[in-house]
Amino acid sequence: MKTKASNEVTLEFPSRSSNEGFARAAVACFAAQMDPTLNELEDIKTAVSEAVTNAIVHGYPESIGKVLVKARICPGNVLELTVKDRGRGIPDVDKARQPMFTTGGEERSGMGFTIMESFMDQLTVRSALGRGTTVTMKKKLAPRMKAGK
Amino acid sequence: MEIQAKSADRNLMLTFIGDLDHHGARNALRELEQAVDAALPKNLVLDMSGVTFMDSSGIALILRAQQRMQLLDGNVCVCNVPAQARRVLDAAAIGRLVTIK
Ligand SMILES: Nc1ncnc2c1ncn2[C@@H]1O[C@H](COP(=O)(O)OP(=O)(O)OP(=O)(O)O)[C@@H](O)[C@H]1O
Ligand SMILES: [Mg+2]
Repeated sequence: MKTKASNEVTLEFPSRSSNEGFARAAVACFAAQMDPTLNELEDIKTAVSEAVTNAIVHGYPESIGKVLVKARICPGNVLELTVKDRGRGIPDVDKARQPMFTTGGEERSGMGFTIMESFMDQLTVRSALGRGTTVTMKKKLAPRMKAGK
Repeated sequence: MEIQAKSADRNLMLTFIGDLDHHGARNALRELEQAVDAALPKNLVLDMSGVTFMDSSGIALILRAQQRMQLLDGNVCVCNVPAQARRVLDAAAIGRLVTIK
């Protein structure tokens, strides 16, 4: 089932908020080889930021745990991003994906999944209570003229 | 993330500088509330010209500012929004709730 990637990278870091900017920048750097437009690059960074922040804020609310981010370049100029935590898990994924739904209090707006959906082409959320959450996103980048390889 | 406050005649302008993400915004809500409570403005302008990146953390901040200003019977305006932050606001349809210029 898993499509073959022509290149991939995996990052693993503790769930500290200072790593949010790092994860965005690292994924953007990796995606640069796909020759994305500036808009595409910003969309990718935003989606990474939402998923990584969720892992940090909701996955591990009271502890520091590991966050995994994987980026893969798949056939058809598709970027696949996976953000995984082994934290608290989501009791009802369909409900969690609704706009404005949040368990995060006044510092959250409940728009993270909505933004990921709108900035990427595909969003899959797998979660098990007490075991963690895996978010997979795909985005097809516009074909661009390339001067050979 | 840094917030600069300027106020005159019950107009308060807050200029945001830096990344408005969860990490950058962790003290921003408190700073915003303190600035509003000190100035008790009629008009609050959130100047986004210095925002280098924004995600949903910025949306929460804007919505809290709006609620705070509603209590004071005042207005909020979000101004000078860079392109990336603008797309985030649009994806969340925040323009229906807050004035964006
Ligand atoms: N990795 C995760 N682990 C546990 N719960 C999660 C995770 N990601 C999301 N959730 C749950 O799904 C809800 C919705 O997530 P979403 O990102 O849409 O909004 P939010 O994080 O609450 O607010 P915002 O992203 O706007 O700051 C969260 O409030 C939380 O309850
Ligand atoms: Mg979120």
